[in-house]
Amino acid sequence: MTLQATTWQTVGPFFSIGLCRLYRDNLAGPGVAGERVEINGRILDGDGKPVPDGVIEIWQANSQGKYAHPEDVQDKPLEKEFTGFGRIATDIDGYFRFSTIKPGRVPGPVGPNGKANLQAPHLAISILTRGLLRRLVTRMYFPDDPSNAEDFVLSLVEESRRSTLIAKKVEGRAGSLEWDVVLQGANETVFFEL
Amino acid sequence: MAAIKAYRRYAPGTQPPYLHPPYVSSAKRAPSRPPIYLPHTLSEITGPVLGAEFCDLKASDLTRQHSGEPLGERIIVSGRVMDEDGCPLRDTLIEIWQANSAGRYLHNNDQHNAPLDPNFTGCGHTLTDSEGRYRFVTIRPGQYPWTNSHNAWRAAHIHLSVFGPAFATRLVTQMFFPGDPLIPFDPIFNCTADEAARNRLISKLDWDTTIPLEALGYRFDIVLSGRESTPIETPSHSHKAQT
Repeated sequence: MTLQATTWQTVGPFFSIGLCRLYRDNLAGPGVAGERVEINGRILDGDGKPVPDGVIEIWQANSQGKYAHPEDVQDKPLEKEFTGFGRIATDIDGYFRFSTIKPGRVPGPVGPNGKANLQAPHLAISILTRGLLRRLVTRMYFPDDPSNAEDFVLSLVEESRRSTLIAKKVEGRAGSLEWDVVLQGANETVFFEL
Repeated sequence: MAAIKAYRRYAPGTQPPYLHPPYVSSAKRAPSRPPIYLPHTLSEITGPVLGAEFCDLKASDLTRQHSGEPLGERIIVSGRVMDEDGCPLRDTLIEIWQANSAGRYLHNNDQHNAPLDPNFTGCGHTLTDSEGRYRFVTIRPGQYPWTNSHNAWRAAHIHLSVFGPAFATRLVTQMFFPGDPLIPFDPIFNCTADEAARNRLISKLDWDTTIPLEALGYRFDIVLSGRESTPIETPSHSHKAQT
């Protein structure tokens, strides 16, 4: 190693000037296979106030559990129309909303038995807001998925906080999920260090 | 078995903390608990591939987006995007945004009493070439006051967003200008403990890219996390029976 990674700086309050071109709140067009989901949520600060100047970025696999990336060498089909990338700004009340498909399971680390430990379906998420000097990294998992119980990343999180990573079903609205991001405080979302 | 090569973690002190009290907006937005260490998996070593189809090649010249030319000092901002081993990162998307020469952003929430420039939007993007190089033509952004504290002013800067090869390599940063007297007073610039890391955010005047009688060149190289040398074993398609 001869160089050191460049230092992060905040996106500040005016990021939409540069980032709005790639806002993508519908990750999966009509031809993309998989279970459709719509996710609604809010970013909230340490006082429970909405964060109106934030943006979230999504990275996810397709419904087969395959990433549209050269380093995913799994023998699974890709879909040309599905990049797995989303970027959504919060509105004036801190709300974000996006539509996608539930991703399939992707490989995690090899377990002690030498076998594949598949991860539970999840979205990899970056949170960028004014006031955040660098991004926050989190994940969103899906409710009532039996594989959550054996997910290696969820198992790194103390049980009382795991629910912050799992979206909630909206009663009476099939495919509709809710997932809030709490930056600070008692119900603080679990964030990860990469 | 295919091997997963994780990305390196940041060197201590070279990245900002989440809570930095002199930057007042961090107080209510910084998490109160330390982040949980996440071993890299396929989800982190892959990332969005935003290539030429997401890119308009004309968008790297911010002085040619309107019928007239923007006011201010024309500049060339260029450099290379590399990993920590100095390997060039090709076809990587860079997005930039900035204030105009008067220090005003084209944004509804910018209340600074300085004029907008009808010939300047302040956004651009480009892809790095096969040697990791990029180049923007723009105007030097103005310094501007903000409400962080009494009589607070931001040093002149350009925001840059870079994807790199993986979710783990994402970077958003700001580039500053050499000799700007506001730099020592800028709490965002100064949020990082490591002085050398901080100072790498200051671009260098670059005669090689300066165009005589036309535009001064500033060089700003960008380094994204490199790879660990030891692979983590992980299953591949040869073990698909386990899926």
